[in-house]
Amino acid sequence: MLVLDNVTKAFKTGTFGGGTLPAVRGASFEIRPGEVTSLIGESGSGKSTLGKMILRLTPVTSGTITFEGTDIATLKGKQLREYYRHVQGVFQDPFSSYNPVYRADRVFATIRHSYFPGVSTDEWRVRVDEVLESVGLNPVDVRDKFTHQLSGGQLQRILIARALLLDIKLLIADEIISMIDASTRVDVLNLLSNLKTRGLGVLFVTHDLSLGNYISERTIILRRGAVVEMGATPKVFDNPQHEYTRMLLTSVPQLHKKWEAESGSESETTRTASEDHGRPGRYSKSSLHPLAGMRARKGRRAKAAETERELAAGLLRTDTYLRTHEEVLPLVEVEEDHFVAIPAAK
Amino acid sequence: MGLTVDHLQVCYRTLRGDVKAVDNVTFSIEDGEIMGLAGESGCGKSTLGNSLVRMDVRMRQLGGRVELDGKELPISDARAMRDFRFKEVSIVPQYAMSALNPTRRVGRMVAELLKARGLDYKSALPELERRVKLVGLDADILKRYPIELSGGMKQRVVMVISTLLNPSLLIADEITSALDVSTQRAVGEMLLEFRDRNFVKTTMVITHDLSILAQVADTILVMYAGKLAEKAKADVVINNPLHPYTQLLISSLPDVGIRHDEHTLVGIPGRPPPLLNPPVGCRFRDRCPFAFDRCTDEPPFVEVKPGHTVACWLHAGGVSPSGGV
Repeated sequence: MLVLDNVTKAFKTGTFGGGTLPAVRGASFEIRPGEVTSLIGESGSGKSTLGKMILRLTPVTSGTITFEGTDIATLKGKQLREYYRHVQGVFQDPFSSYNPVYRADRVFATIRHSYFPGVSTDEWRVRVDEVLESVGLNPVDVRDKFTHQLSGGQLQRILIARALLLDIKLLIADEIISMIDASTRVDVLNLLSNLKTRGLGVLFVTHDLSLGNYISERTIILRRGAVVEMGATPKVFDNPQHEYTRMLLTSVPQLHKKWEAESGSESETTRTASEDHGRPGRYSKSSLHPLAGMRARKGRRAKAAETERELAAGLLRTDTYLRTHEEVLPLVEVEEDHFVAIPAAK
Repeated sequence: MGLTVDHLQVCYRTLRGDVKAVDNVTFSIEDGEIMGLAGESGCGKSTLGNSLVRMDVRMRQLGGRVELDGKELPISDARAMRDFRFKEVSIVPQYAMSALNPTRRVGRMVAELLKARGLDYKSALPELERRVKLVGLDADILKRYPIELSGGMKQRVVMVISTLLNPSLLIADEITSALDVSTQRAVGEMLLEFRDRNFVKTTMVITHDLSILAQVADTILVMYAGKLAEKAKADVVINNPLHPYTQLLISSLPDVGIRHDEHTLVGIPGRPPPLLNPPVGCRFRDRCPFAFDRCTDEPPFVEVKPGHTVACWLHAGGVSPSGGV
């Protein structure tokens, strides 16, 4: 349905836009109808940027996004409106998705205005009630209410209902449950999962692995804008091949299993990236640490020399440096429907 | 000695009346204990945490008493609390981003903070640097502006600053909620480390995420609609919860390895009741699958097993639980 081919996004940085920051690097994957695909990554991994590019909220720098055979970058005017008839997004903060001055169900009225001006008021009401019920809401509870009178879960479900009023084929769900209470979170998740039985494709963007594992058929793990592992969810989670995926999995707080006591002591937390030395071709744990790459500040000249030396030895791994210089490794199929970016053997 | 909270009542004053966000809450935390405080949004957990540090103008203490290390904590007296704040009680707020002054370098901000408390930055600096290194940051972070730090780094810096004077009580309010899983883990492990090194005596971790508490907390206290629902050791609350609310809360969490097609989880229908005019009796009654006649009376918060306290008629009245969820 939706195919991404070598999609790249580079943001301009600096006061005069002199530098660039690659936010997404060579991402290629496919979203299929009737499936939930999880896009998992930490902050800054480019997962939301990918979602925005699919929704045409930000242009791609290179590469193509194809929806049912058409490159979406070429869509204009009427065609773009038709695209949004099929592809819709729901975002993280339900409260900022609404205008608090108006009643929450105004989002339905705007859809009618843009897409269904010919539908009579009575028929529209029936349609709205239908979609509200299909997302598990009682129309009486949410009609004519202001946003502050509704809970986060209800507001998110109204936004999903709004998307369902259209002839929707793909839903981009960007962290839609991270601001909802744990008690109602799972209901929204189950709703997403029911959507796929209608033949919808869902791109579920999240940083929470247990949620991704819970609902998705396929999983894509992003790291610094590049896909490091993807495939059928059970294969990725039960048999993670990439060090980064493994690190993420061991960090997830679980109810019935304590974090393994492999880190936490002083020597571990203060360990620096320099200890990676001597293990080429392998991502060691400390280089994956969020703070890896921070170096003590020294005299400018000494520091520059040291930086040069470390860059040469491949030791200094700042985020920006890695984004700019690290090679995007090709994905290798390790088993059926399970792809991993394997560091090249040295 | 630890912290003892006795029949504490805190309300928000509104034009329509008092909203009792913390209603008759009694509990204690021992020295060296990390207590987790869990519940949905709007159940009063942050109000309870904030009231122990700083009451804002809308908040008012209606009754009850708080003791820290055997001394009464004058929580409703803003002026008297000045002697305790930062030195004896300290908070790590929900958004560390807004806790740091964006116009000051981190070190200068700490210097001003210490000066305001009559302390000297120079003599505190070696310890500050040691602790900054301990949490895995470079000491030169003190020369940076908050905008130069990532979310996880800011959260750690704030934790180091809050605990610099070895407070007796640390309140950590949703400190992991805005962080990635790997950073969550690092911050969670910091809480344990600070306790083990005696930087803080008692810790209260406020979160809606029970799986974080399963990792770091010794005991877990569950609140619902301003009242206490259940308190017990962390593994007991996670594995053998007695209150239906705790049971439902835990069963709605997807654990790694649970898949939708094999095991569909369910949420808790409904919402917590409004606290302006809360319903009489058990406040969870409307959402509770086990509710029966007696629930129209308010259940007492009683110890049903050693170290396990529950406010539910299923357990208080000698009626055995019907199997769990």
